Amino acid sequence: MSSKYLKAKVASNEKIAEGIYRMVVEGDYSANPGQFYMLRAWGVEPFLSRPISIHGITDAGIEFLYEVRGTGTEIFSKLKAGDELELLGPVGNGFDLETIKGKVAVVVGGIGIAPMYEVMKHIKDSTVDFYAGFRDEVYSVDYMKEYADNVIISTESGSVGHKGYVVEQLDASKYDYILSCGPTPMMKVVKEMGEKVGTPVYVSLESHMACGVGACLGCTCNTKKGKERVCKEGPVFLGEDVSLDD
Amino acid sequence: MTSLKVNINGVDFKNPVIAASGTFGFGEEYSEYFDVSRIGGISSKGLTINPKAGNEGRRLHEVTGGLINSIGLQNPGIDEFIELEIPKMRSLNTVILANMGGGTMDDYLAGASKLDKADVDIIELNISCPNVKSGGMAFGIKSCVAHEVVSEVRKVTKKPLMVKLSPNAEDIVEMAVKCREAGADSLSLVNTFKAMAIDINKRKPVFRNIFAGLSGACIKPMALRMTYEVAGAVDIPVIGMGGIMNAEDAIEFIMAGATAVQVGSANFVKPDIMLDIIDGMEAFMKREGIKSIDEIRGIARG
Ligand SMILES: Cc1cc2nc3c(=O)[nH]c(=O)nc-3n(C[C@H](O)[C@H](O)[C@H](O)COP(=O)(O)OP(=O)(O)OC[C@H]3O[C@@H](n4cnc5c(N)ncnc54)[C@H](O)[C@@H]3O)c2cc1C
Ligand SMILES: Cc1cc2nc3c(=O)[nH]c(=O)nc-3n(C[C@H](O)[C@H](O)[C@H](O)COP(=O)(O)O)c2cc1C
Ligand code: FES
Repeated sequence: MSSKYLKAKVASNEKIAEGIYRMVVEGDYSANPGQFYMLRAWGVEPFLSRPISIHGITDAGIEFLYEVRGTGTEIFSKLKAGDELELLGPVGNGFDLETIKGKVAVVVGGIGIAPMYEVMKHIKDSTVDFYAGFRDEVYSVDYMKEYADNVIISTESGSVGHKGYVVEQLDASKYDYILSCGPTPMMKVVKEMGEKVGTPVYVSLESHMACGVGACLGCTCNTKKGKERVCKEGPVFLGEDVSLDD
Repeated sequence: MTSLKVNINGVDFKNPVIAASGTFGFGEEYSEYFDVSRIGGISSKGLTINPKAGNEGRRLHEVTGGLINSIGLQNPGIDEFIELEIPKMRSLNTVILANMGGGTMDDYLAGASKLDKADVDIIELNISCPNVKSGGMAFGIKSCVAHEVVSEVRKVTKKPLMVKLSPNAEDIVEMAVKCREAGADSLSLVNTFKAMAIDINKRKPVFRNIFAGLSGACIKPMALRMTYEVAGAVDIPVIGMGGIMNAEDAIEFIMAGATAVQVGSANFVKPDIMLDIIDGMEAFMKREGIKSIDEIRGIARG
């Protein structure tokens, strides 16, 4: 899969929940589910591009789901149809969907839901239970239902579904594979639950990035093989191979 | 015909735009995105005699106009570089600079002896990394220490020896003069500025080592000043860098007296930015009727 640096136009950019946006960018894309792009919609300031996962690829273009956290994502949130944006990618490894089969649990926290739409679309001949945890407002889940056999929601506020953390709903022993994306403390619990019962857990990590292509070594994490680059060898790692300690 | 060609210590460069160490890997990573053979040269990631894992914890922090990094010279070691990376770098068809760091004098000597026999065009001796505790920058602060390491390294290699200076040197001009006396064939400057950032939510420094290295557009005026000063003090080629983001920036460094430039953090803004810089320099020269870059080198010095 060859990666490119390109300019493209925003087709739409909608607010779907408080601080959460879904943006569609025009063009013809192909990628491995779980890969991401380095996005930029400004000149030299802010200095770095922002890594954002592929949420979905359709005939209309590519979709990103993002949360406004600071300067860069704030700028993204103001983009309108027709505005230009630069994309570098797809980058990263993505999920190994040849291996991931059988009874699969997808466990996400908050904006960790972003990469999983495209991932679930590509899990074939399997049953997929989708576990999603939010602080209060629930988003994008209806979208996911299309590809999930079961949807299990938790909210910390108790506004929807189980009141508490998403992991409290999970029995790791019921699954052949677990895929997880979300806050590191959450993924750490999922990883440990999997390890206890021998279920392989794949985690999709976040790290501060500059180049996004493996050149600067700024995004590394600790793995069994030593330091590996989240942008190149990752962002998807087998839980047991990677350290989620700070 | 406008020519961007330059010669540094007997090595021909198709143009004066070189990828700065640590921002361009070993070149291969970017070859997917553009024709890397069009750039003047590539300075490798900083190499050490033994493989190095680099620093723990956060390694990058964005600031206005740049970034602070605490990579800590992560690299596969000189042997692996020679065996696996040089052949790949060679196929990129551009000049290879082997950037080498060290913790001790022995490391520098062992590394330089190995690189002397390797297929690299220039050794860029990094005495200026602020991100490793023992050595690295320590050699680049005091000019007498720098003099010693450069003279010893000079004895073990016949390759062109470029010494990369730290902006954190006590006196950058004296440093440049001492390195020249010790046998440096050329000088490159600047490395990153010692800097820091504090995470106000965690109420502690962002980086484990507290201090780390600042680069990017925000350092350009200082880097340019240092290049100007150093180019006026030595009679060997000076390669300027620090915050070069476009052709105009690059031309400023040449007009300050630099023979060539290196581009680092700008690669993170746009992967093929060095091509824009090369094309922009050529366009400027055509517009101004300048045939060779030699005509404008140091021209701002009066
Ligand atoms: C592989 C990968 C995929 C991602 N996918 C998504 C996604 O699909 N949707 C989404 O909303 N977010 C995603 N993120 C997180 C997203 O990159 C950050 O939220 C974003 O960079 C914040 O930028 P900002 O300018 O709004 O925040 P600021 O806080 O202003 O950013 C300051 C600096 O910190 C960096 N930064 C801040 N938070 C993070 C973080 N959590 N991870 C990495 N760098 C960070 C920024 O890139 C920038 O360099 C992903 C991160 C990675 C590494
Ligand atoms: C992520 C990163 C890693 C770097 N690693 C090295 C290195 O290994 N050796 C070295 O001599 N300089 C290293 N540098 C310094 C650059 O080569 C350059 O001197 C500096 O960034 C200033 O130029 P710039 O502002 O164009 O980036 C590094 C810089 C960055 C940003
Ligand atoms: S972001 Fe540069 S190596 Fe990953």
